[in-house]
Amino acid sequence: MSRFVDLTLSGVSNGMIYAAVALSLVLIWRATRIVNFAQGGMLMITTFVASSVIASSGSYWLGFAVALASGLVLGAVVERVLVRRVESGPPLNAVILTLGLLILLQAVAGMIWGGTPRSFPPAFSIRGYFVGGRHVLFAPFDTFTVLSVLGVALLLWLLFRGTGVGLQMRAAAFAPMVARLQGVRVGRMLTLGWALAALSGSLAGLLVAPAVFVGPNNFDPILVFGFTAAVLGGPDSPVGAVVGGLVLGLSLSYVSGYAGSALVTLAALAILILVLMARPGGLFTATRARRI
Amino acid sequence: MLEVEGITTYYGPVLVLEDVSLRVPEGSITAVIGANGAGKSTLLRTISGIVRPRGGLVRFAGRDITRAPAEDIVRLGLAHAPEGGGVIPELTVHENLRLGSLFRRDRADHARALGEVFELFPRLAERSAMTADTLSGGERQMLSIARALMGRPKMLLLDEPSLGLAPIVTAQIVRVIGELRERTGLTVLLVEQNARSALSVADRGVVLGTGRVVASEDAAELADDVRLRRAYLGL
Repeated sequence: MSRFVDLTLSGVSNGMIYAAVALSLVLIWRATRIVNFAQGGMLMITTFVASSVIASSGSYWLGFAVALASGLVLGAVVERVLVRRVESGPPLNAVILTLGLLILLQAVAGMIWGGTPRSFPPAFSIRGYFVGGRHVLFAPFDTFTVLSVLGVALLLWLLFRGTGVGLQMRAAAFAPMVARLQGVRVGRMLTLGWALAALSGSLAGLLVAPAVFVGPNNFDPILVFGFTAAVLGGPDSPVGAVVGGLVLGLSLSYVSGYAGSALVTLAALAILILVLMARPGGLFTATRARRI
Repeated sequence: MLEVEGITTYYGPVLVLEDVSLRVPEGSITAVIGANGAGKSTLLRTISGIVRPRGGLVRFAGRDITRAPAEDIVRLGLAHAPEGGGVIPELTVHENLRLGSLFRRDRADHARALGEVFELFPRLAERSAMTADTLSGGERQMLSIARALMGRPKMLLLDEPSLGLAPIVTAQIVRVIGELRERTGLTVLLVEQNARSALSVADRGVVLGTGRVVASEDAAELADDVRLRRAYLGL
């Protein structure tokens, strides 16, 4: 029983990280119909930036803040300078662009910071809480992980549902032409969307780095799991991204604990296939059946 | 209020409008009528900045808006209500309406504008919280017009307000358009395949035949012109 509790707790914590990556992919897919393969590279860069700032200043929180801010800027710049040029072209152009950007970012990171992974400090203790005479597999840092991702998701939800800018962003995503007729500056909304997506991604990087270390290729698995979570939840639904992340985190944690960690990647694929067979649009699909 | 001079518009290699000119005086209702494919919708899209003309000039309230982007043109007070499909089905009726006023600085007036369009179209008030994909064709058309009015435009471009609607709904929309002009001095350019309903509310009529203006005169005279009726209006 205690093993089940442990696996559940660590699944929730991992799931929230997948959720943050999934959110960053969903926000971009929803707004521009582009799968941002470069997201793994972008959050890798911002985490390296955090690592350097922490090393030179000695302050974790300064590094944390700089990483989130550089995520915002990086997302905006990537959209404005690169993606803007392929948005109207065939979808394959965007795929090539984001894949190319991923490789470029990994190469640049290797040149600047070297290929040897470095350790990264957690914001809080990673020693599990002492409950019922033992340490459970859930530490203060996991609490921080869960709360910060939920916080970002909540802020995004409030932005989209409660503000004029959020409404304009949704309109620009659903129907850019109609949005322009209502005075929406669609280009700016896309830039803002990429910036917010990259912010969510850089948060995921900061949260997963203590476990996977910071290196040019160390964040590749998190991108794959984040992608799986996004498809699970339905690639158009931010709420689905969070739920998809949780479902994936819990499932993989149980698989790893009861069946062996070698099966985790295979299990992720199996879950993806099962869910897509049952609900091809994902768990929280936004597109409804059309009435004829 | 609006002057279109010698507009020529292509979609890719296809010539859709050729040397089209027309004038819409302030406070008037002008109807552009013509068969399917005559270029009526393209004319409106060219005026509102969604489509760039290859040549010609569009002037609104004395300003050259030929190459201005759509999001700036609406800020000048020229609103375009596209065909019923122009509502955003994923958003609620209320969100669609709010979108129409967001570009205006005058925040205090947004709620007042909403109250006014709800008074004009009570049906939309009832459906306020529902997503627009649940609306009927007539309700969508109302929503599209109401959303354009949320921006308090000086002039309204209406694309086929009667398309696919029951005659009674069409009559209701035509009545609202007439009322708006009486009450607020709104200038209207509407595009219609349904010549009868369009000419019943308009002061002037412009007949478009495959990309060119073939007639432009008083609406009542146009309705009586046997030759034009046979050739272009199917009356």
